[in-house]
Amino acid sequence: MTGLGKVVRTTAFKLSAIYIAVFSIFSVFFVLYISYSTNVLLNQQLRETIATELLGLSDQYRVGGLPAVVDVIEQRAHQPGASLYLVTDVSGRILAGNVTEVSSYVLSRSGTEPIVVRYARYSGDVGQRTAMVQVVRLQGGFLLLVGRDIGERDQFRQIVSRALVWALVLMIGLALLSYIFVSRRVLKRIDSLSATSRHIMLGDLSGRLEVTGSGDEFDRLAGALNAMLDRIERLIYGVKDVSDNIAHDLKTPLTRLRNRVEQALGARPDTDGYRAALEATIEESDQLIKTFNALLMIARIEAGSPDGATTEVDAAAIAHDVAELYEPVADVTGIDLVVEAPQPILIEASRELLSQGLANLVDNAIKHGAPADGEARRLRIAISAAREGDTLVLRVADNGPGVPPEDRERVLQRFVRLEKSRSQPGSGLGLSLVAAVARLHHGTIELGDGNPGLVVTMRLPLK
Amino acid sequence: MRILLIEDDREAAAYLAKALREAGHVPDHAADGDTGAAMAADGGYDVLVVDRMLPKRDGLSLIEELRNRGDHTPALILSALGQVDDRVAGLHAGGDDYLPKPFAFSELLARVEALARRRKPDAAETIFRVGDLELDRLGHTVTRAGQPVPLQPREFRLLEYLMKHAGQVVTRTMLLENVWDYHFDPQTNVIDVHISRLRAKIDRGFGDPHLHTVRGAGYMIK
Repeated sequence: MTGLGKVVRTTAFKLSAIYIAVFSIFSVFFVLYISYSTNVLLNQQLRETIATELLGLSDQYRVGGLPAVVDVIEQRAHQPGASLYLVTDVSGRILAGNVTEVSSYVLSRSGTEPIVVRYARYSGDVGQRTAMVQVVRLQGGFLLLVGRDIGERDQFRQIVSRALVWALVLMIGLALLSYIFVSRRVLKRIDSLSATSRHIMLGDLSGRLEVTGSGDEFDRLAGALNAMLDRIERLIYGVKDVSDNIAHDLKTPLTRLRNRVEQALGARPDTDGYRAALEATIEESDQLIKTFNALLMIARIEAGSPDGATTEVDAAAIAHDVAELYEPVADVTGIDLVVEAPQPILIEASRELLSQGLANLVDNAIKHGAPADGEARRLRIAISAAREGDTLVLRVADNGPGVPPEDRERVLQRFVRLEKSRSQPGSGLGLSLVAAVARLHHGTIELGDGNPGLVVTMRLPLK
Repeated sequence: MRILLIEDDREAAAYLAKALREAGHVPDHAADGDTGAAMAADGGYDVLVVDRMLPKRDGLSLIEELRNRGDHTPALILSALGQVDDRVAGLHAGGDDYLPKPFAFSELLARVEALARRRKPDAAETIFRVGDLELDRLGHTVTRAGQPVPLQPREFRLLEYLMKHAGQVVTRTMLLENVWDYHFDPQTNVIDVHISRLRAKIDRGFGDPHLHTVRGAGYMIK
């Protein structure tokens, strides 16, 4: 019972049931219509034949009297496929014809309309046959009956109803076939999709749904689901990466902090020493809070929740504002900071995040691009915002030492800091945040060579 | 100033209340949303400091209800969430300022005092005066001892904000938020350099300085 219920609930079964119902109704209607129209046509032909013969015989009677009619009837009655003829006198006695038996009721109904009656022929018919007959009363009280056997018409009817039965059988057969096809081929793929999904949910995140390459709806569905799985996997591994990195990069300063406090407690009570230890502790915890905030921010952006709604902003104005924020610092520390953003470029974006992204890049350039001791070079930082077709290109370029090609992908990851920059303050999250901002705006980030220096390019679609 | 502190973490609340008292204010404390709402409804506070996540009733709905009742006591929202969209939600609910946890007490104090000041009707003033320093908001001119001081537009806005809060500590984050409309923290000490540039223009060559650095907190014009 449950097995049957399960079958009934499948889409294949429902679809087949609907098809069979629709086609059955259609074919029944079609067959009934054909048989009805044919019937009408045949009846009309019968009536016309009967009417013509009656007219002819009536003429014969008028000309030659009863004997002439009897002659003609005797002649015609014995030809193969003959019509039915009968002549009786007033009392109902049969004078001539090829009908042995017909109810007297029929004879009493002389008139213009033919009627359908049962009758028997001369030659010892066992079953009674049916015919359409018409009776007229001749002058002198004689009754003349002419009719046509309608067995043929009924046979035709039988053929039609048999055709109807066969059509229904065929319909059900086809429905069964389509049920088998749909359930075997099509629903099997859906079942396999759901089975794979279940498997993936149980923890095998690397699993992917099968794409057959036929390009049908199922392939598109599988493709979309796979893209979703890619994103989920990336997010999960992002979280895992973060927790791995937190273990390393956050525990280190926490340990340092704890050691310092412990050391201060262990030392001889001394107000100045305590104060110094406490100040260092606050400074360290502030740095930790900043790192936490940056981490949370990145996680949040990557989860796709934009911080502050996006609005239509002018990317050139954003570039100018960020440059303006850093201009005094650049001025004081001897850096040439330039902006190239002559045209307003409107884009649907978060001003806050784009600003922060650019600020992080400028900050990086200031920290890592500074000339080494004794190096006769002035650091130059160029911020630019340009439009290339349907893309906004935001770029921060410096003429510092740059990043070796093999490290360019890696430095975008969280907490990755290159060896030579370890001595600089920073969390190793700046570029990760820029990358997350670019992704949030459906764009890309690319680290290139400025010959010399580093060029970071964000490309964001304008639409 | 009478300050109502609605915060469920008792230790944090006790610390804040003590520090506010030491700064010369009169803090009351409510440990949950319902108590806080009842106390705020009684009125008489200059500033409300409301934690966003509270037992019984959350901070945002509490402020919203006050505002619907026509109570416009300035409210500072404290939140452990601290993201920009949470800030937007907080300000939308009727909060006047938003401070993500954890924060330095000096930051909280500066913001609370700035909020209380904002209540006074001098916001529409067109000329700010601090000693011999004068800023004309309509004419966009600044003079010190009668001599014009030429300023860049951003420097003007920086000075305008500082003078609007003359006599109060203004933190670096407050300046970033109100003068630049940025809510992130630039790693470099960009604000300090902007300030020293401004200081060079308005204080250098004139006797007593007006622009002071408050150690560990921020800046103050007086």
